[in-house]
Amino acid sequence: MPLFYDEDQAMLADTAAQFIADEGAIAKQLRHWRDRDCKDGFGHELWKQFAEMGFTGILVGEEDGGMGMGNVEAGIVLEQIGRNLTPSPFLTSSVLAATALNNGSADLRGRYLPGLISGDSVFAVAIDEGAKHRPERIRTKAEKSGNGFKLSGQKDFVVHGASADMIVVAARTSGSDDDEDGITLFAVPKDAAGMDHDAVRLVDSSMATHTKFDGVELDGDAVIGEVDGGREILNKVLNAGRVGAAAEGCGVASGAMDMTVDYLKQRKQFGKLIGEFQSLQHRAAHLYSEVEVAKAVTIKAAQLLDGNSENADLMVSVAKSKVGHAAGLAVREGVQMHGGIGMTDEYDIGLFMKRDRALNEFMGDAYYHADRVARMSGY
Amino acid sequence: MSDLEQFRTETRAWLDANCPEEMRQPVRDDDDTYWGGRNATFKNDAQKAWFESCRDKGYTVPAWPKEYGGAGLSAAEAKILRQEMARIGARPPLSSFGIWMLGPALLKFGTEGQKQRFLNEIARGEIRWCQGYSEPGSGSDLVSMQTFGEDKGDHWVVNGQKIWTSYADQADWIFCLVRTDKDNKYQGITFMLYDMTNQGVSTKPILLISGSSPFCETFFDDVKVPKSYGDDCPGYVGEINRGWDVAKYLLGHEREMISGMGGGEHTAAIGAAMQRRSAQDGDDLDPVLRAELAQFDVDALAFTAMGEKFMDEMKAGKGHPAQPNMMKYVGTELNKRRHELMMSAGGSRSLEWESDETGGGKPSRNWLRTKANSIEGGTSEVMLNVISKRILDLPGA
Repeated sequence: MPLFYDEDQAMLADTAAQFIADEGAIAKQLRHWRDRDCKDGFGHELWKQFAEMGFTGILVGEEDGGMGMGNVEAGIVLEQIGRNLTPSPFLTSSVLAATALNNGSADLRGRYLPGLISGDSVFAVAIDEGAKHRPERIRTKAEKSGNGFKLSGQKDFVVHGASADMIVVAARTSGSDDDEDGITLFAVPKDAAGMDHDAVRLVDSSMATHTKFDGVELDGDAVIGEVDGGREILNKVLNAGRVGAAAEGCGVASGAMDMTVDYLKQRKQFGKLIGEFQSLQHRAAHLYSEVEVAKAVTIKAAQLLDGNSENADLMVSVAKSKVGHAAGLAVREGVQMHGGIGMTDEYDIGLFMKRDRALNEFMGDAYYHADRVARMSGY
Repeated sequence: MSDLEQFRTETRAWLDANCPEEMRQPVRDDDDTYWGGRNATFKNDAQKAWFESCRDKGYTVPAWPKEYGGAGLSAAEAKILRQEMARIGARPPLSSFGIWMLGPALLKFGTEGQKQRFLNEIARGEIRWCQGYSEPGSGSDLVSMQTFGEDKGDHWVVNGQKIWTSYADQADWIFCLVRTDKDNKYQGITFMLYDMTNQGVSTKPILLISGSSPFCETFFDDVKVPKSYGDDCPGYVGEINRGWDVAKYLLGHEREMISGMGGGEHTAAIGAAMQRRSAQDGDDLDPVLRAELAQFDVDALAFTAMGEKFMDEMKAGKGHPAQPNMMKYVGTELNKRRHELMMSAGGSRSLEWESDETGGGKPSRNWLRTKANSIEGGTSEVMLNVISKRILDLPGA
């Protein structure tokens, strides 16, 4: 498989680019909802439009009414979301939760997927416990109780947690905190008694929650996959989420870089366009190179994931780490090269910096994934 | 079975029968490379046998047309041959600047007579070529070069000096940029071809910080260069005074070649090997070094994906034409970083300059050699200039 988009994918990319640039633009979505202090942090109307475009069910199998596409295609949509900083539940709902549900029973899929595909539902995923991404350690417990389970513990950085109609929760059903086995995934409905959200607005104006589970009672049919067999599904969810976040990060990086390169061609100082100065040219060219490499490895990782390659795990972490650094460089250089106006709220470049910071942290930052690459390589 | 599957089966069988075991070992140093030429000697019988089998099959230059000494393989077939050779670790049967540089230039710009003569000589390993580009005063600013050929009707008389001429002291012929019009900077250079045994050509090896001398200074003192070597076989490539077009094409080609030398995914990451080496000493990597190695591995593995994308796009005629400059920049900077980290991980052992344990100081000599990566074939700074100008379209770049 060549490492660029095939004809169908190129067409999807064109469609997504046009649609999201029009409807998901910064002024129309991010600033609009932020300035109204929106409690969801995104617009439901746009989410319905995503459904009309067929994006919401992009990873859902055709037999369940979805598009039956892969992570490369989801990444195409996410890159445009990143480029336009579009606040959207796409990553948490259509990538993370959908990947989990795809591994669930027909009953669960029938309960949740139609709402996702129609754009009526929004989902979240609760994995992290604490300020850093450490999915190897799961302490939230689900104990057997009658025919079902009782869920207790706390999850953090649950993006869209308070807006979600259902939250996929990774909990421990046996073993000790650091065990590989003994994990079970649950689909927890929003009205579950004993679930308490502490909603927080993040630096990028997105909304997340610290969510407490205080003896939340769940039926046995809330289990996604097998009891104690959740690690394998969780890994699939993590891979899809990480490569998805990397694709969105590529969009953030490209958007920030393009804005900055444009600015270098407009701003004059000392009677010259600042883009004529070699010190800035070389930094821009270096940035371009880093972003190109980040994009290449992101497509590669998504292709490997879609092809069920055994190398996918490694390259997903390579991609998340590489993109973390490249996008970070793009936004830092972006603000610096914009000079004073780069620090103002009026200019968009600072919004890229904020989004990058949150996205880099999501699903493990550049350091976490570099460490993971080392461990997987045997050191 | 499809034609390509058939070709793969045949190729595998042919390699099994013709590639000696000794030629399936990694190339350790220049002694393991066969360069061909008038004065070439084979290091051993296996090297000779492998070279001769490939020469007779057209496999020294598999993708060149048969009439010029190649095997006339399609791009898909050539890829299969590369894969099958890589599978058994087969060494290249013949290495030369004729294959890498002059050949592609002649295939694009040469006359039929030039192709018949020079390409066949290259393919059969009969003539070893060197490249005369840089001058003492013209490195990054190559077009300012001064070596001058005075027009004497049927020949030129060339005077001047080249530098960084790879293996000039062992080469038979040179392809050389010579100024033929002093008033015209870009359209005053001719891409000449001539014999290094001509009267007035002399070379002097340059000792490098690595202790080796792969480069020479090359002097031309009233060298007579014929304008023609016979019917349809001019002594220059392309047109007179238009040699810069050929040179630019070749520089692009060289950058592609250098950027393609990164090796595969399996050789790209180094952290695990460095950890194993530490473990042999009963030691562990310092945590901060381990972190740097991990970050390097991320960048190196990501770059293998970039290399794959670059090749795929090039084959499909996609991608930006200036992209090889980006590949060269990232790839060479990465390689320098690789060797810095290998030196650090190796500790004082890697400082040894002559010991048998280090194969005669390979770690330190290779480390020093990589410092040239981002200088030769266009410096990193020139690559960044080209990216600024041709890809980012920045003003005044």
